[in-house]
Amino acid sequence: MSADVAYVDPARAHSRKRKSRRDVLIGLGSLAVFVLLVGVVVSRLPGWPVVQETFFNLDEFVSSFPQLLSAFWLNIRIFIVAEVFILIVGMVVALARTLQAPIWLPIRVVATIYTDVFRGVPTILVILLLGFGIPALDLQGVPNSEVLWGTVALVLSYGAYVAEVFRAGLASVHPSQRMASRSLGLSSWQTNRHILLPQAVRNVVPPLLNDFISLQKDTALVSILGPIEILRRAQIDTSMSFNYTPYVAAAVIFIALTIPMSRFADWLQARTQKQRRAAATV
Amino acid sequence: MDTRLRVDDVWKSWDGVPVLRGIELSVASHQVVALIGASGSGKSTLLRCVNGLVSVDAGSIWLDESLDVTHEKTNLDDVRRRVGIVFQSFNLFPHMSVLANVTLGPRKVLGRSRDEARDAALRLLDRFGLVDKANGYPDQLSGGQQQRVAIVRALAMEPELMLFDEITSALDPMLVGEVLDSVAELKATGMTIVMATHEMSFAREVADRVCFLSAGQIIEQGTAEQVLTDPQERLTREFLARFLR
Repeated sequence: MSADVAYVDPARAHSRKRKSRRDVLIGLGSLAVFVLLVGVVVSRLPGWPVVQETFFNLDEFVSSFPQLLSAFWLNIRIFIVAEVFILIVGMVVALARTLQAPIWLPIRVVATIYTDVFRGVPTILVILLLGFGIPALDLQGVPNSEVLWGTVALVLSYGAYVAEVFRAGLASVHPSQRMASRSLGLSSWQTNRHILLPQAVRNVVPPLLNDFISLQKDTALVSILGPIEILRRAQIDTSMSFNYTPYVAAAVIFIALTIPMSRFADWLQARTQKQRRAAATV
Repeated sequence: MDTRLRVDDVWKSWDGVPVLRGIELSVASHQVVALIGASGSGKSTLLRCVNGLVSVDAGSIWLDESLDVTHEKTNLDDVRRRVGIVFQSFNLFPHMSVLANVTLGPRKVLGRSRDEARDAALRLLDRFGLVDKANGYPDQLSGGQQQRVAIVRALAMEPELMLFDEITSALDPMLVGEVLDSVAELKATGMTIVMATHEMSFAREVADRVCFLSAGQIIEQGTAEQVLTDPQERLTREFLARFLR
């Protein structure tokens, strides 16, 4: 046996494999029993037929689903446009707060006030304020679209959170990196651009994804201004039939989008941790 | 011989605690000077004052008798262009390949083209036996390799003075040799070097002059032979006795 090849006793390898196969079977079996039990218990509850009729009505589900889905397209557009601007606002504000020279004090103060204010005010309040308030001013040349102002409100609200995420990311890069960069003669700006930001962004991708999962849901808040996005659509359907299945259907649609993103965030987080561990062992 | 570096009566304190107390040091071109002394004696702070990472409280530091590092109007980026420094903890940029680490300074600070910087970097990496690591990332290298890359990264800026801040202290004993070989190689090319070190036998081998620091003062200096084998001061003797035991 040459010593540079990993060697595992075949008998031990076999028993390890058998054990891991057995673990999988036990897990699946236990899960199946649990699901069955819950199903049996719930379906035997005296109120179940009414609950099923009100929330899980298949006909209602099928009839409302296509309209809900097409209304959801508006949510997706709001989400995508808002996300792009949130990243820009967040990055700019985070960088503004790192400016040290005394001449930049006003910019630093404005950036700090912005994050403080918009993290403190409920998102729905900002949406109402901008969505109803700005059109009420009746200013010339200023559009009145409620979707537009709803999106702006989301950008302002989430931009403050994302700015803080970026700021934490910048702080997470070890000070010796700045020192090494400045020692090479790179300016403060070049150090930010080439050394600190790339590492900061990498560090904050998982928390950023978390904020975006949250943003996906909060696009529904824009419904309060009147545009027919998915929540408003479900509300209309519900009010016509007095059946709440459209709400459940809308929830299913939201979940169908957020679950893949959550799993992706988990995967990224695990990968980052693995990389850090690998880096730490050198 | 012309004086490459002159440190003139430099004082520095952190929160009222004195770290450097009237340091006088002069380094000629092509000279290798070793700073020895216990941790906290001021070796690192002195090196960081020389490239402007730390600002002094009093005194002045001259490069080539013409540029005062400590002057308020001095552009420190100019100083750092001319003075390379290598740290104990390597401080490579982990998100960049070895080649990108080495070419960043020449491209962004010296304004070299990508190809120019790349060719120069590959030549340097080759000289230090690292050319096969050019596309690797810092976390794929051993500590010794990382530290050699850090030396190459500083050299790529074509500095006229190199500062080494205990560059072998964070290394596995097995890996110290390769880094010291790189320093010896650098001395052979005529580089002016100031190094803080705990490697006494290496200091004796390569240093033209050894300075013993204690509590922010240079207590004794002379040739490596003088200071390390026949120290005149009690503090030097005590330090060396603890070290060579």
